[in-house]
Amino acid sequence: MSAPLMSAPPPRESLRDSGLADPRTRAILLQVLVVAGVVACGWFLVGNTLDNLSRRSIATGFGFLERPASFAIGESLISYSAADSYGRAVLVGLLNTLKVTAIAIVFSTLFGIALGVARLSANWLVAKLAAAYVELVRNVPVLLQLFLWYAVITESLPGPRQALHPFPGAFLCNRGLMLPGLAEHPVWPAVALAFGIAIIGALALRRFGRAGWGGALIAGLPLAVWLGFGAPLAFSLPELRGFNFQGGVSFSPELSSLLLGLVFYTSAYIAEIVRGGILAVSRGQVEAGLALGLSRAQVLRLVVLPQALRVIVPPLASEYHKLAKNSSLAVAIGFPDVVSVLNTVVNQTGQAIEGVALIMAVFLVISCGISLLMNWYNRRVALVER
Amino acid sequence: MNRIMCAAVLGVALAASPVRAGSTFDAVKARGFVQCGVNVGLAGFSSPDKTGAWTGLDVDICRAVAAAMFGDATKVKFMPLSAQQRFPALQSGEVDILSRNTTWTLTRDTANGFHFAPVTFFDGQAFMVAKKAGIKSASELNGATVCAQTGTTTEMNLADYFRTHAMSFQPVIIEALAEMNAAFFSGRCDAVSSDASQLASIRAADAPNPDDYVILPERISKEPFAPAVRHGDDQWFELVKWTVFATIDAEERGIGSKTVDGFLKSADPSIQRFLGVSPGFGAALGVDEKWAYNVIRQVGNYGEIFERNVGAGSRLKLDRGLNAQWTAGGLQYAPPLR
Repeated sequence: MSAPLMSAPPPRESLRDSGLADPRTRAILLQVLVVAGVVACGWFLVGNTLDNLSRRSIATGFGFLERPASFAIGESLISYSAADSYGRAVLVGLLNTLKVTAIAIVFSTLFGIALGVARLSANWLVAKLAAAYVELVRNVPVLLQLFLWYAVITESLPGPRQALHPFPGAFLCNRGLMLPGLAEHPVWPAVALAFGIAIIGALALRRFGRAGWGGALIAGLPLAVWLGFGAPLAFSLPELRGFNFQGGVSFSPELSSLLLGLVFYTSAYIAEIVRGGILAVSRGQVEAGLALGLSRAQVLRLVVLPQALRVIVPPLASEYHKLAKNSSLAVAIGFPDVVSVLNTVVNQTGQAIEGVALIMAVFLVISCGISLLMNWYNRRVALVER
Repeated sequence: MNRIMCAAVLGVALAASPVRAGSTFDAVKARGFVQCGVNVGLAGFSSPDKTGAWTGLDVDICRAVAAAMFGDATKVKFMPLSAQQRFPALQSGEVDILSRNTTWTLTRDTANGFHFAPVTFFDGQAFMVAKKAGIKSASELNGATVCAQTGTTTEMNLADYFRTHAMSFQPVIIEALAEMNAAFFSGRCDAVSSDASQLASIRAADAPNPDDYVILPERISKEPFAPAVRHGDDQWFELVKWTVFATIDAEERGIGSKTVDGFLKSADPSIQRFLGVSPGFGAALGVDEKWAYNVIRQVGNYGEIFERNVGAGSRLKLDRGLNAQWTAGGLQYAPPLR
């Protein structure tokens, strides 16, 4: 019995022979095992989910996107009616989300920079007011702020028949803010397209060192298109017809309160990032600028801000991410963003997993888009080391 | 974020739970109580009273099922669910029965994987407007702004109604009922649209002055509310189904919670079978022979449930209307218990 034991090679030998003694081989083997484990887990979860769904006869797949949506959406950038498909309804929601995110990013950045600079102002009152604002707004949940703005707008403004009339053509009531706008005409999309092409053209010209022509292109091309259409110009004025105002441009209470809430909330964070960025620029730079005879405003614009941007841009990107994700709170105050629309879609079709997957994909793409843009901008403002 | 959470819960639950078809009945029995999904707060159907106990028509249906199953109407736990949460909660097995003013539709019966027990309340979608607007009919609502709640069949009915009548409207779709009510009462919307019973409930409980608001006469949809269970357990479905029928049947026979004890001595063989004096039905359903007796004794017949929650004895003061017995011109009709 003991003979085979004696004749067997010692375990150490066998390890070395199989190559497991090599740490690199072991590391690769471990990684393969971990990946296999994760894939197996995923396989099991997905398989079991599909199995359970089919056993409970719950429909799966994205085929529902082509079926008619049969529900109305309050505001839309593209034409939409209840007869359109679920896919188009989701697109309407997506465009609404992008619209809110884009507008809120622009305004919260401008307002945030002003606030951040104000907080460092030599004027005691301005600095303290800015500090109080930042502390108050940052410490109240954004959802409550949205409810507050919505309640303020709907409760305090009069109904459409008693609408406030601040200046000719403008009306303010609990249905929103109505302003005069350009009457619908095929020329306007064409002008917008020309404007976009001109900007790309101007950027290209800059590459070839002819930046001076860029401005002329941006102004000239859309103008030429407009003149080419015979220079049509008609305005559409809001007027009360039946229950509501018709015509003109309108900002609904839902859109307005969402924008107010997001801009005020995000700008408080941006203010702090800007303040930190400015404080990161050494005092000597400011003093040197002043010694050269620059005014305080010039020092801020020409010396401090360009250097502060290197510190500001990376955390700014994550504020923009936060803003994009916070825009999904729109559902609480009735703005038809992509989450709100998909909520309805999920409820009508019962396909919760697909709906949530779409919501996740949408926010993933928006966040990645913001990251790409901000990384590109960050590389441009980053210190180039020679 | 609730909807995302609950959908995530659904995903996890569906992914992780091995299928246990046909096991709801056994699981409930082993657990010792019924887990019932109800509305988070809808006066008359399900809302907590001053002491925190759940009351309402939908709540009483679950108590009746508990009485049939365990002989004790208190062996039930209520889980308040939003409109979005309700289906994932039932699909994933968080609740055994969904008794939450849920409309019985083809999609829910098939693609969503539910069975619907008999209708416990026949309702229809309607509009409520401020009296001072002077609107008398829904056909005058062209161009109106209409508030509605998301996560219901409301939105589709609204769009269909305005499309069929070639009218336009501006929807304001809000997730939470309280926020939607606030928006409507502030004048943000010209009308609010929901099931007539819910509008009556909103008017009774939330309006600054209930007399200032009027529900328009049109019913733009059929909304039969019925308790729902998951596909896959016929025995459980049968128990829920026949519990509801028993309350309807009892009203037709004139058996109420106060009089049921007297009927135990009845010479009528069909009443003896119904109350389990002569055995058979309990064994067929897999529960105690006294199941129907317990339901009527502890919860009451359909008429009693209706009157104390939404009828004359309640704040809602709804008429029986379609919910009257078939013998009184209504739609409530139980197949024979034999």
